[in-house]
Order: sequence, then C-alpha cells, then structure tokens
Amino acid sequence: MDEGFLGYPRSNGTVGIRNKIVVVSSVVCVNTVVRRVAEKIDNAVAITHPYGCGQRGISFSNTFNILGGLASNPNVYGALVIGLGCENLLSSSLANRIKDSKKPVESFNVQDVQGGTINAIEKGLGICRGLDQEAREIKREFFDFSHLTLGLECGGSDSTSGITANPLVGVVSDKVVSLGGTSILPEFTEWIGTEHLLSRRAINEEVALMIKTPIKDFLERTMERGIDIRGTQPTPGNIAGGLSTIEEKSLGNIAKAGKAPIQGVINYTEKPGGKGLWLMIEPGLDVESVTGLAAAGAQVIIMTTGRGTPFGNPVTPVIKICGNPKTCDYMASNIDVDASRIITNNKSIGDISEILWKMLKDVCNGEQTSAERLGFEEDIGIWRARGL
Amino acid sequence: MKNKYIIIDSKDNCATALEDIPQNAKINLIDRSIEIHHEIPLGHKFAINHIEKEDYIIKYGEIIGIATEVINEGEWIHTHNITSSYLEVTKDG
Repeated sequence: MDEGFLGYPRSNGTVGIRNKIVVVSSVVCVNTVVRRVAEKIDNAVAITHPYGCGQRGISFSNTFNILGGLASNPNVYGALVIGLGCENLLSSSLANRIKDSKKPVESFNVQDVQGGTINAIEKGLGICRGLDQEAREIKREFFDFSHLTLGLECGGSDSTSGITANPLVGVVSDKVVSLGGTSILPEFTEWIGTEHLLSRRAINEEVALMIKTPIKDFLERTMERGIDIRGTQPTPGNIAGGLSTIEEKSLGNIAKAGKAPIQGVINYTEKPGGKGLWLMIEPGLDVESVTGLAAAGAQVIIMTTGRGTPFGNPVTPVIKICGNPKTCDYMASNIDVDASRIITNNKSIGDISEILWKMLKDVCNGEQTSAERLGFEEDIGIWRARGL
Repeated sequence: MKNKYIIIDSKDNCATALEDIPQNAKINLIDRSIEIHHEIPLGHKFAINHIEKEDYIIKYGEIIGIATEVINEGEWIHTHNITSSYLEVTKDG
C-alpha cells in the first residue's frame, strides 16, 4: 500500500487528523464562559486568550488571524464563537472568517442572552452538543501525504538539539515533502547566518530575495540601535559547548527543514500557497510559533527540545523529540521520541528518523501525543509585533 | 554501547564528539582509524580529513567556516583555527 494516513475529510478539500469542536472567545472577558462550555463536551476544546478589546493594527490582526486560523484548521469539525458584545474583535466577524473554511460555525454574545452567563453556558452547550453529534458521523478515510502540512519547531534547545534531534527531523520533513506534502519552518531570527545558504535553496530569485530581505532589514534595524547580532553569535556559552561560527549554530536550527527546495516565504498565520517546504517569518518564541503554525493550517507539528517542554496546542498535536539523555529520563512523560539513543545506544540518525516517521504516521492515524494524553491543549501564544 | 562521535552528513569533513574524547584516543571511522591529537570535549569537532588553509569546513553538508591554518586529520576544530565565512560573504551587504 502507498504511504498515507487515515484522516477526516472536510468540505473544503482539506483533511483533519483530529475531529474537534472548538469554542472560541472573541474577548478575554468571556474566557470562563468558554471554558465552562468546552469542559462539558468530550470532543471540544477551549480557545481563549487575554486580548480582543482595544487592540489596533498588527496586534489586532494577529489576534484575529490566530483565532480564525486555529478554528479553520483541518483538525476542526466545527466552531462556536462566544463574544461579550462591546469588544472591538466582534464574534460575528470572527465567525465569518471561520465560515470561509466551509465549516459549521455559530456565534453569539453573552450580553444578548437573557439570564446572563448561566443561560449563555446552557446555550453554548446546546450548540456544541449538536456540532459534536454531527462530527461523530464523519469517519476516517485513507489519504496520501499530499494532504498533510507539517510544522517544524524547536524550543528549550541545548547542545544535543543541533547534532541529533534537528537533523533527524530534517530527514522526516524531506520525506513528507517527497511524498507530495507540505512542511513549514518558522523562527526567522534563527536563520541569521544561513541566509546565503537558504537563498541558494530557493526555487527562484524572487523567493531568494524574500529570504534575504527580512533578515537584512532586521540586521539593519538592530544595528541602528547599536547592536550587531552577527558579532554576538555564537555566544560564549555556545563556544564553550563547541559551536565555532554563527552559521554552524543556525545550521543546527534549520537542520529541521532537511534539504528540500524552498517554495516561498509566508507571514505569521499565513497558509502556504502550495506544497513543499515553506519558511514562515515570525520571531521564534515557542508557543507563539506553534500557535502560528497551527493557525496556518499545520495538522501536526514536530518539536525538538533538548531541555524538555510540556506544552501542546488546542487543535494540532505536537510531537516532542529530545536528544538529551538526562531530559529523556527526567521528563519521560513529556517526550514522545527519545533521540538520545544516538548518544547512549549506538543508534544512527537514520535509525531514529524511522522511529519518528512511524510516530508521525501513528499520530496522524489518531494516536495521542504525550501533551494530548496529559490534556495540555489550551496553550496559545499570539505574537503581537514587539518591534522585530 | 555509546557512540563516541557523530558525522551528520556524508559530505562533512568534521565529526562532533558525543563524549569527552581524550588525547591520543583511537577513533574508528567506517574505513579506517584515526588518532585524536588533543582532548575533544563533548559537542566539539575534530577533522576527519586533512584540511588545507582556506579550505571550507563542512558540517550538515554545508559550509560552517574557513580554515585559518592547516588542520590535520584528528585535530580539534574550533575558533582558534576556523573563521566564519558568512561574515565575509555578507560584509558588503
């Protein structure tokens, strides 16, 4: 049988590896109402955040696109948006944004429900029970990997990440791409030092410029403030750990993206415009990156972590892979794939990448990640443009 | 059994130590054995080929720097004998 996975077909042609109902708050004021609804429905997850009121510019649009993007992810069957009624991020506008994905969506404001939050929670529960019933009628079907978008993340990195976990994730990313799928590498500040190498992998000159320009602009802006980042990398700690040059350090990071040609560069929360490997411009804070990848439509994320990190995502499973033997012991319940056996057990990058590939397929077919088993699924970070 | 080192890409001319490797240790590569000339701490690199001055240092199958002096097989590779090629490439924008 050809390589593939069993996923949930969606009416817009995408394929989910989960079949969730999301309950989204349009503003911080109704977060508790949203959680009270979501916690009573097995298949539902709350999407809450501290924003939605008095926001302007990129701060507003990133919040709107994160919430809309998460609810539109292929892993979601349908959505309920709950607002308060006086905020500037309107629940009805957010519901319309989600409707573009052709999913069932409903919305209401707490201020419009007679009976206050008691009745608002009951109303929300009624809507979600209906969505849940419909969702349960959808069955998994076989799809090839051209229907999969994989997000690549690293966080809590240490000296093992660049020489074990990251290169083997690169092997798996290349495999997804070679099977017709899509892969996204975020965290553009970690490309610094490799832009001359990355741009050589661009499919054309225009894409090469899209890689080089934001890094050049970023370096110029920081130099105006008297900081030459290139001169500060690698740090004294990195050098003590064995990293000799800035490009060596950055190559360790971007090793996650394998060797595939780069098809294009997308903005935070933006969907890739085609298959293959894409780069996402965003600042590289773990939870903000993972949330941005899920909002861009990634159905699954692989995250390397040397020191260990527990968080998950409301809609997208996050597979954790670790190359540090001590972390794999201390945080065993938070790690899905133990890559430290490259160091301790004479395993090769090839051996562990086969284990990771099998884990990726299992998670696509429904097996839970450690974060899912622990119920770590309300972790959301929204990049609010802090002067990159 | 533990791996003493890792070579990440087949094009690489350096290996990374996965444990502290003592001076004069013999390291078995696939086709031959080499002698380590200095202690190589965990995470640090050593040459698996003879590298001429101004040759590229290759790790991940990519250029991570330029040799500032001749580096012999089995010799420690670090900031004392290589320099960034990126800083050269981007000097003129």
